[in-house]
Amino acid sequence: MAETPKPPAQATIEWPPAERRRLIGQRISRLDGPAKASGRAKYSYDVNRPGMLHAKLVFSTQARARITAIDTSVAEKMPGVRAIHLILQPGAEVRWVGQEILALAADTEEQARDAARAVQIRYEPLPHFVADVPPEQAGADRLQQLREQTEGDPEAGFQQADVILEGEYGCPVITHCCLEAHGQVTEWNEDNLTVWASTQNVSGLAPQFAQGLQAAGIPVQASQVRVLTPVMGGGFGSKFAADTWGVACAALARKAGRSVKLMLERDQELLAAGGRPSMYARVRVGAKRDGILTAWSSESWGTGGPSTAGTPNLPYVIGAARNPLLPKRSRHTAVFTDIGPARAWRAPNHPQMCLITMCALDDLAAKLQMDPLDFFLKNLQFTERPDVYREELLKAADLIGWRQKWRPREEALRAKGPVKRGLGLSLHTWGGRGHNSNCLVTLHPDGSVEVALGSQDLGTGTRTVIGIVAAETLGLPLEAVTVKIGSNEYPPSGASGGSTTVGGVSSSTRDAATNALNQLLAKVAPALGVPAEQLEAREGRIQVKDDPSRSLTWKQACARLGTTPITATGRTRAELISSGVGGVQMAEVSVDVETGIVRVEKMVAVQDCGLIMDLKTAESQCYGAMIMGICYALYEEKIMDALTGQCLNPDMEFYKLAGIGDIGELVVHMMTGPGYDERGVIGLGEPPVISPGAAISNAVANAIGVRVPYLPLTPDRVLAALEAKGGAV
Amino acid sequence: MAKQSKPEKTPRGSGNGLSRRDFLKGTGAAVSAGVLVTEDLLRAQGQRTGPVVGPGPVPITLRINGQPRQLTVEPRTTLLDALRNHLDLTGAKKVCDRGTCGACTVHLDGRAIYACTMLAIDAARGQEITTIEGLAPPEQLHPVSAAFVEHDAQQCGFCTPGFVMAAVAYLRQNPNPTYEQVTHALGGNLCRCGTYMGVRHAVVEAAMRGKGGRS
Repeated sequence: MAETPKPPAQATIEWPPAERRRLIGQRISRLDGPAKASGRAKYSYDVNRPGMLHAKLVFSTQARARITAIDTSVAEKMPGVRAIHLILQPGAEVRWVGQEILALAADTEEQARDAARAVQIRYEPLPHFVADVPPEQAGADRLQQLREQTEGDPEAGFQQADVILEGEYGCPVITHCCLEAHGQVTEWNEDNLTVWASTQNVSGLAPQFAQGLQAAGIPVQASQVRVLTPVMGGGFGSKFAADTWGVACAALARKAGRSVKLMLERDQELLAAGGRPSMYARVRVGAKRDGILTAWSSESWGTGGPSTAGTPNLPYVIGAARNPLLPKRSRHTAVFTDIGPARAWRAPNHPQMCLITMCALDDLAAKLQMDPLDFFLKNLQFTERPDVYREELLKAADLIGWRQKWRPREEALRAKGPVKRGLGLSLHTWGGRGHNSNCLVTLHPDGSVEVALGSQDLGTGTRTVIGIVAAETLGLPLEAVTVKIGSNEYPPSGASGGSTTVGGVSSSTRDAATNALNQLLAKVAPALGVPAEQLEAREGRIQVKDDPSRSLTWKQACARLGTTPITATGRTRAELISSGVGGVQMAEVSVDVETGIVRVEKMVAVQDCGLIMDLKTAESQCYGAMIMGICYALYEEKIMDALTGQCLNPDMEFYKLAGIGDIGELVVHMMTGPGYDERGVIGLGEPPVISPGAAISNAVANAIGVRVPYLPLTPDRVLAALEAKGGAV
Repeated sequence: MAKQSKPEKTPRGSGNGLSRRDFLKGTGAAVSAGVLVTEDLLRAQGQRTGPVVGPGPVPITLRINGQPRQLTVEPRTTLLDALRNHLDLTGAKKVCDRGTCGACTVHLDGRAIYACTMLAIDAARGQEITTIEGLAPPEQLHPVSAAFVEHDAQQCGFCTPGFVMAAVAYLRQNPNPTYEQVTHALGGNLCRCGTYMGVRHAVVEAAMRGKGGRS
């Protein structure tokens, strides 16, 4: 066989220009849609292996206590029980209700549940603290000051101000409430472990399992752990780790010599496997009579349970610019509580920072008797993207009819009848870029194409984007490409967090597919009688550029490979991706001032994210984020009982999510074309979930003439705010 | 859909408001006592009852997707667990496991029910159970499923089979619903990713194509 000619060296690669894109940016249905909508998709929770055992966790019933004894003697003898694995030993301290203590496996799920109930844990109770309160109401040992920062001269700024607004704003701890609970199925084959994991981190999980199992006395290397996640039922930032239950599941399987399924029950899911930290702030913000801001100061706090859960950077978006600098001072204190630890929740810290900032600014606009749209437009020089926000604000205003509908607070409240309407807006930002991703593209001699990455699709459309990029690059229809993700046997790709996935996988796939195509072009160039540089892949053919008469079909071209497929790798390419988006949302609500019930009537999201890969799934991200935002704006709260340390709503009856009737009319407008496309790919998972809380809270304030300071905007809070104001008139 | 020849029919009407399983869960009593107490309770409500079974595993036959399926389950085993753990029919998902979220929706004699709130032994009286696996032949998509794909009425997809089953059952009752009616009818299903916009469009479009009700 002749030696394959070297493909032409390619220093930088780029996206195809607009007029050449056939798939990128179109509305394309997700590739795994049919499998999901027919119930055929197999999630980790759905994996049933021959002889598989079912495992259950025993978790702490105490918010804080020392374990004095763990008695499994009754459980061990119960029917069907095959193995017990201690996660904590007697003497250990538990730090929250729901903390994992042990796991056991039995033949049936019912038997496992019975045995878990029969385990006796004895505790020496310790003083607990679960209240979500300001620092001055918590003990000194419960506090850690994380930030005290001053930029510019805020005192001078406040002296220049004609109007100063002081307010308090915030939102409580909420949970992730993934519909597919955390968990996995584990199976050993001699010394090799297979894990069907519901994870956002297929390529990063094996070392965690190896480490955890080694600590449990089971010697296994990361190279012996296979992780599979073909589909997964929601993560939102809570599924990066192997977790104690993952290691326990594998240890149980080892002990029992059987495969084991351990998925958290719903209460455990809400107690221990998800949590977004609370954040509250006392804000002081000043402006000149014309609305131009002069200074900001804030003292914020919040709890992420036993960990600090990140440091906010206030004010948010407005006041982020270095030049002009808005003089500002901010201090943040973490309050440690004995509740389940926080996990990254879609756009960590941003929805909270956004709420605090945008609500304070909206109240300031009201105090200035300004239309908040004008007020925000006037202060865009304090943002890092004034032009983007201006364009997006005007577009959103147009879509919601802001100029026709907006009324000052007092006027909105004077409307006839108990149901008042109001409008609110908010701005947000997020980073993006791309995680480290490696892609392997294989072109087979029969013309079939495989793209393999150790990535995962959380429901965002990752699989589809990979297929789109590969097919676009190779000039093939989408159906011609087989996308293989969800296994750590494929080239490693980063965890799906921080909206970094689409940047990573789209650019590594473009890179790998380009490299594979260049090899193919070099191979067939002699047959077409031109140098490889003069060939291109278009519409299922390899052809001489701009001369389709001199071409081979894709199949003919690949047939020239003989028996050896072409393989090519690619990695994250910085020149194809970017970071930093804007985004504006506006909400129209109605509030019944007699019942306190808030309804979202309409919401508009205007969002940029650089070059859009798949318009259909991109819009879905925005719709979904707005709905998730309505959930936390109106319903979600992890309610803790200070006296007992218990969570009062670890279930889906009382941990409320919005239903299909609670969402009103939603409108999404994606910013595309010149000014956006040439930035390259930027992630979209986080940005649109940031603004809803602030936009809805501002709309409620506009409707009822008074701020409801804390989310969720439940009827009791709305009525309390109205009462404090002296009633609805 | 309902077969007239069935020797036994599901009790309908107000009696269905009582979830036996919730009662069992609530008592926390031993299983055998729980079953007896439940039967007493149902008798007191004037419902017909079956023979006392259990507490150990009992053989039952479920009619699922047109086929009789024999299995052995404890009397307390829910229909959902029987489908998922005993028959490897995993299209119905286990999420809240207490009748809140609708991810486990299946059809019982054509009617949408939550499989997590019915005992398998109660579904073994000859009723026709349809799971999402039985909606369309293998390799084919039911028109409602196809509309969910077209309108991207799914993200992670874990709630999707429940929504599809609820929608198919509803479209049989009301083949020409408005958006408002669809919104009302699917209020018993919850989604975390936020796919409700797509769901509304998908169900209305499936109805407009006039194929929604047929399986």
